[in-house]
Amino acid sequence: MSEPVIAADGRPLKASLNRALRRQKMRALALIAPLLIFILVSFVMPIADMLFRSVENEIVSETLPRTVAALDAWDAGSGETPDEDVFNALYTDMALAVEYKSHTRLGSRLNYETTGIASLFRKSGRRVGKFDTDVYTKAFQDADPRYADPQQWVAWMADDSIRAKLPMTTSAYDDWAKMIVEAENDVPSEEEPWDFVYSALYNDAVSGAELPVSVDVSGITPVSLRTAFGDIDDKWLNPNVWRTIKTYSPRYTDGYFLNSVDLMKGAEGVEARPENEQIYITLFIRTMIMSLSIMGMCVLLGYPIAWLLANLKDRTANLLMILVLLPFWTSLLVRTSAWKVLLQQQGVINDILVWIGIVADDNRLELINNQTGTIIAMTHILLPFMILPLYSVMKTIPPSYLRAAKSLGATNWTAFWRVYFPQSVPGIGAGCILVFILAIGYYITPELVGGTKGVFISNRIAYHISSSLNWGLAAALGTILLTIVMVLYWVYDKIVGIDNVKLGG
Amino acid sequence: MNVTMKLMATSCLTLTATMAFADGHMADEMTIVSWGGAYSASQKNAYHDPYSEKTGVKIINDESSSEAVAKLRAMNEAGNVTWDVVDVVASDAIRLCDEGLAMEIDADTQLADGDDGSKASDDFGDLLVSDCFIPQIVYSTTVGYRTDLVGDTPPTSICALFDTDTYPGKRSLEKQPIGNLEWALICDGVAKEDVYDVLETEEGQAQAFAKLDTIKDSAIWWSAGADTPQLLADGEVIMGSTYNGRLFALIEEQKQPVAMLWDAQVFDLDGWIIPTGLSPERQARALDYIMFATDTQRLADQAKYISYGPARKSSAPLVGKHATLGIEMAPHMPTDPNNAKNTFLYNYEWWADYRDDLDAKFQAWLSK
Amino acid sequence: MTSTDGAFVAFDRVQKSYDGETLVVKDLNLSMPKGEFLTMLGPSGSGKTTCLMMLAGFETATHGDITLDGVSINNIPPHKRGIGMVFQNYALFPHMSVAENLSFPLEVRKIGKSAREEKVMRALDMVQMGDFAGRRPAQLSGGQQQRIALARALVFEPELVLMDEPLGALDKQLRETLQFEITNLAHELGITTVYVTHDQTEALTMSDRVAVFDDGRIQQLAPPDELYEQPENSFVAQFIGENNTLEGVVQEIKGNTCIVKLDSGDIIDAVPVNVNNVGDRTKVSIRPERVEFNRERLHDDAHTLKAEVLEFIYMGDIFRTRLRVAGTDEFVIKTRNAPDQERLKPGQMIEIGWLPQDCRALDA
Repeated sequence: MSEPVIAADGRPLKASLNRALRRQKMRALALIAPLLIFILVSFVMPIADMLFRSVENEIVSETLPRTVAALDAWDAGSGETPDEDVFNALYTDMALAVEYKSHTRLGSRLNYETTGIASLFRKSGRRVGKFDTDVYTKAFQDADPRYADPQQWVAWMADDSIRAKLPMTTSAYDDWAKMIVEAENDVPSEEEPWDFVYSALYNDAVSGAELPVSVDVSGITPVSLRTAFGDIDDKWLNPNVWRTIKTYSPRYTDGYFLNSVDLMKGAEGVEARPENEQIYITLFIRTMIMSLSIMGMCVLLGYPIAWLLANLKDRTANLLMILVLLPFWTSLLVRTSAWKVLLQQQGVINDILVWIGIVADDNRLELINNQTGTIIAMTHILLPFMILPLYSVMKTIPPSYLRAAKSLGATNWTAFWRVYFPQSVPGIGAGCILVFILAIGYYITPELVGGTKGVFISNRIAYHISSSLNWGLAAALGTILLTIVMVLYWVYDKIVGIDNVKLGG
Repeated sequence: MNVTMKLMATSCLTLTATMAFADGHMADEMTIVSWGGAYSASQKNAYHDPYSEKTGVKIINDESSSEAVAKLRAMNEAGNVTWDVVDVVASDAIRLCDEGLAMEIDADTQLADGDDGSKASDDFGDLLVSDCFIPQIVYSTTVGYRTDLVGDTPPTSICALFDTDTYPGKRSLEKQPIGNLEWALICDGVAKEDVYDVLETEEGQAQAFAKLDTIKDSAIWWSAGADTPQLLADGEVIMGSTYNGRLFALIEEQKQPVAMLWDAQVFDLDGWIIPTGLSPERQARALDYIMFATDTQRLADQAKYISYGPARKSSAPLVGKHATLGIEMAPHMPTDPNNAKNTFLYNYEWWADYRDDLDAKFQAWLSK
Repeated sequence: MTSTDGAFVAFDRVQKSYDGETLVVKDLNLSMPKGEFLTMLGPSGSGKTTCLMMLAGFETATHGDITLDGVSINNIPPHKRGIGMVFQNYALFPHMSVAENLSFPLEVRKIGKSAREEKVMRALDMVQMGDFAGRRPAQLSGGQQQRIALARALVFEPELVLMDEPLGALDKQLRETLQFEITNLAHELGITTVYVTHDQTEALTMSDRVAVFDDGRIQQLAPPDELYEQPENSFVAQFIGENNTLEGVVQEIKGNTCIVKLDSGDIIDAVPVNVNNVGDRTKVSIRPERVEFNRERLHDDAHTLKAEVLEFIYMGDIFRTRLRVAGTDEFVIKTRNAPDQERLKPGQMIEIGWLPQDCRALDA
C-alpha cells in the first residue's frame, strides 16, 4: 500500500473522504451549536468567572495605584508608619477615588481583612477634599497667573519635555483630566486643576524638578499629609492598616482561599486564624459527613420503595410513584414548614410519643434545629433523586434472575444479595451521586431546620453572596466545594467505575 | 459526568429564564422592591396606590428586599438595573452606598420639607444614616414572651433572656451577632453608652460571647422574621426576639397569649434607596416617587396599616387609628415616648466596620 | 391417587387461578416416570408455563397436589426442591463469569472449593464450553449462553430439570443442533425432563411424550408419532403438523369406519374418533401427505372428491399443492419430489382420495 488510493475524481481517496466527512461534521456541529453556546454562556462562563473571582484582587491596585507603588519601598515588618511619600500618593489616589466613589468599595473590600478600614475610607473620603493643600494652589497661582489658566495647563501637559521633568504632576494631571471628563462631564481646558495636582507640582518642585514657569517653592510651608490623615483617624498611623493594603496590593491574591481554610496572611506569612474565627474547615467536614448521612438514609429508605415500585403492577406502581414525586410538587418552604410542625418539641411527633408514653413530657426529643432536623428534612426532599434511578435500573432486572437463583438452591436472602443487589448497584451509584451532589449544595433547608449545628458550607457561601457581599470568599469556598466534588467523583470512578452508573434503560 | 451536566444545565436554564424576564421597562411603569407580606401591603395602601392615582404610573411590586444587596450588585455588573426604588434596612443601605450601587440623595433639595416647615434634613435628623438612604420607618427588634408560660412574675427587662433560673425554657434569638452581642453586654453589667467601646476589644467580645454561652443550650436561632411569632404561638419558646410589628400582629390581630417588652429594644431603620445606573428618565421618576412617598402625611399614613413608626418627626402627631382594628396606633409605635424610654441605639457605622469580623466569630461560636 | 402411584412427577387434579374468577389451569392430571423427557406443548396462554412454574415452586397451585418422588411439594419453597431449571432468556447472572454462574448453585449448597471447581469444569466440558469459564455471559453468543444455562441447571446434579422454551431465541440451525444435544444429554444422564415449548417440531423431535395444552387442559398426552398420526381431537389435529379440515355430518357409523356427508354434499370415509352418534357434526382431518390423487393407488371402493388445482409450490424436497375441494380453497396436499411424481398445474381438475384410516372424524 505505498501508492495512495485514488478516488474516481482523481484526488487521493483520503482527501475525498476527509472532505465528505468534514461536511458531515460541520452539519453535526451546526445542530448542536445552540446547546453548545447555551452551555458555554450559562455554565462554563459562570464557573470560569467564579474561579477568576476567587483570586481576583485588582481593586486595590486600581484604586490606589500610586500608593501601591509608593508602598514598595516600605518594609511591612518594620512596625513603622510609612513616610510622607506614601501619604502624598494616598492623597492623590484618594482625591481621585472619591470622585469615582470607589474608595468606599475598596474600604469594604479591605474591611474583610482588617476590621475598621471601611469606616476609615468612608470618613477619609469625606475629609480628603478639605485638606490644607490649597496653600500650594494659592502659592503657585499667586506666583504666576498662568498656573491658574486651564488652557495653559493643557498646553504644558501636551509638551513631552515638561512631562518628563514633572513626573508626579503629569501623572496626577492625566488622571485628573480623565476624571474631569468621565466623572464630571467637563473639559479639562475649562477647569482649573484641583488641589492635588498642585500638591504633586509642589512635590516635583521640591525634589528639584524644573518648573515650566519657575516659582520659588522654598517659601511655601509644607503641609504634612501624614499628619492630615492622622487627624482624620489615627488608624492611618497604624502600620497594621498599611500592612493590609500592602499585602493585598497584588492583582491576584490567595487570600480568599486561605480564608476558606481558616488561614490568613499574617505578619510572617501564612498563619492560622484565631481559634474563635475558625469555621470553614468544620463546615466543610460537617457538610461532607451530613451529605453522606443523607445519602445513606436515602439508600436505606429508597431501596425498598424502588423495589416495590419495580415489582408492583403498573397501576399501583404509578400511584405509589405519585406519592414519591409529591415532594417535587410542593414548594420547598411549605415542605420545610410542614417538617417544623411535625418535628418541633411541641410538634406532632413529640405529642404522639408523649401520648404513647415513650418519652416524658418534660423531656421531649429535639428533632429539629439540629443535625437530626437537617437529615430528616433533606432525606425527604432528596429521596426521589435516589428512588428514580434505582427504580429505572430495577425495572430492567428481569424477575427470572431471582427465580433462577432460587431454582439453583439460593434462599431468598442469598438470591437477593448475590444476584439482585449486584445488578442494582448502578442505580445505587447514580442515586448516590445525585443525592450527594445535591445535598452538599443545599442551603435553604439547612438554614430553616438546621439550627446551629445542622448548617452547611453552602449557607456560608449564600451569606457571603447575599449579605456580606464578599464574593471573592464565596467564590473561593465554591471553588473548593467544586474541587472536593470532582475529587470524590474521581475516587468514585476509580473504585466503582463511572460506567457502572445508570439512570435508566 | 452525564448526571452532573444535566443537573447544572437545568439550573442554568432556570437562571437564564429568570434573567431573560428582566428588562422591558415601559415608560409608565416602575418596579419597587420591598419585603412582601403585611409590610408591602401597608406601602401599597399608603404610597403606591395614591401615587399611581396621582401620576398614572403603574407600580410593580417586587418582594426581593431580603436579597436586594446581592441582586443589585449582580444587576450593576451586568449593566442592566431593572429596579427603580428599593426598600432596604439601614445597614444594607450603607453597604450599597459604599459599593456605589445606590445613588446619593440630598435630603434638603430632593426630599419634601416637613408639614411643620422644617427642612427634610432636620425632620429626619439623625436617621439619615447614609448619604444614599431615605428613612421611612423606625422599627425595633424586641422581646415577646408567652404570658402563660413565664409564671407569676412576667419579665420586665431584656435581661430575662439570660435569666434561665427564673424563666426556664427555650428562647429564640436572631441568628446574627447584631443585637445579641449588645444585649449580652448590657445584661452583663456594661453601661449602654459603653457597649460599642467594650465590644471593640477582644476582651469585650469574649465577655459578650461568654454571656451568650449561658443560654446557648436553650436558644433557638431564627433567620426569618416570621419564625419567632410562630415559635411563640406554638409554645416552642417562652420568649424570643423579633420585630415589634410582628409582635403587634401576634398580640392584637391573632390574640395570642403573648406580651412584649419595651426594654433595650434595638432601634433600626428601614427606608428607600435608588439604584445607580438608571436612565435619567427613570431616575427622575424614582426621585419623584421618593419625594411623594416620604412626605409627612404619607409616612404617617403607613402607620395605619402596620405598627412601625414614621421616620419623620413631623409625622408623629398625624399617626391615627389602625385601618381595620380601629385601635389607636400611636402607643404601639417604637417612637412613642412611653415605649422609647429605654431604647438601644444601633450604631450603623460601627457595625459596618465590625460586621464581617464579628459575624465570622459569631458563626464560629454557634458551630462549636 | 392410583394414577400417580409410582410416578416420579405427578400432578393430581391441579387447578390454578390468578384472579379468583378464571382458571388458567383446569383439573390437570399428569404423571411422569423417572427418566422421561416430557414436553408441554401449546399455544401461549394455554397454561403450560404456569404448570412448569408450579412445578418449580414459583407459583402455588390453587387446588390439587403436586408430588415429586412421591412427596407432596406444595409447601416446599423453590430453593429446597432441588429442581434444575433453564429459563427462556437463559437468566445467566450478568455480573458473574461463566464459572461463577456454574459454581453458584454449588456454593449455596456449601460444597467445598475443590469439589466445586471440578464439578464446574465437568459440567462445562459436558456442553463443550470448557474454554469459556472466565468469560462474562455478555461476551457469549446466544447458543453459547444456552449451553451455559444448561450446564448451570445440571451442575448440581438434579434429578428433574425444567426447561422453559430454552431455544426460543436461537436461529433454526442452532436450534436443531441444540435440540439434539439436549435430548442426548438428558438420556445419557438419565434425568427426568419437563420441557415447555410452543414449537411443535421441537416437541415431536425431542420428546418421549408430548402433552398438548389448550385452554388450561391437557388435550392429549402421547408419544410423538401417536400424537401426529392419531390426534384425539380437532385441536390436536390442527395444532400438530399441517392438517386439512373438512366439515360435515356423520351419516353412518360402522364399527371402525364411518361415512361423513360434507357440507358440500360430498360423501367421504373416515375413522370415527370422537363422534358417537349419527347426525353429529364433525370436523374431518386429513394430513396433506396422506392425500392421494393417483387413482391407481386408491382402493376401488374409496370415496373420492373432485378438486381443482389452485397453486403449485415447489419446495425442494416436496411439492405443496393447494386445491379447491368441497367448497374450501385451503386444501393442501404434499407430494414427495420423486422422479415419477406428477407436477400438477393450476386449473387442472383432479380427483383425490385417501385411505379411510388416514381420515379422522373428530369433534366439531
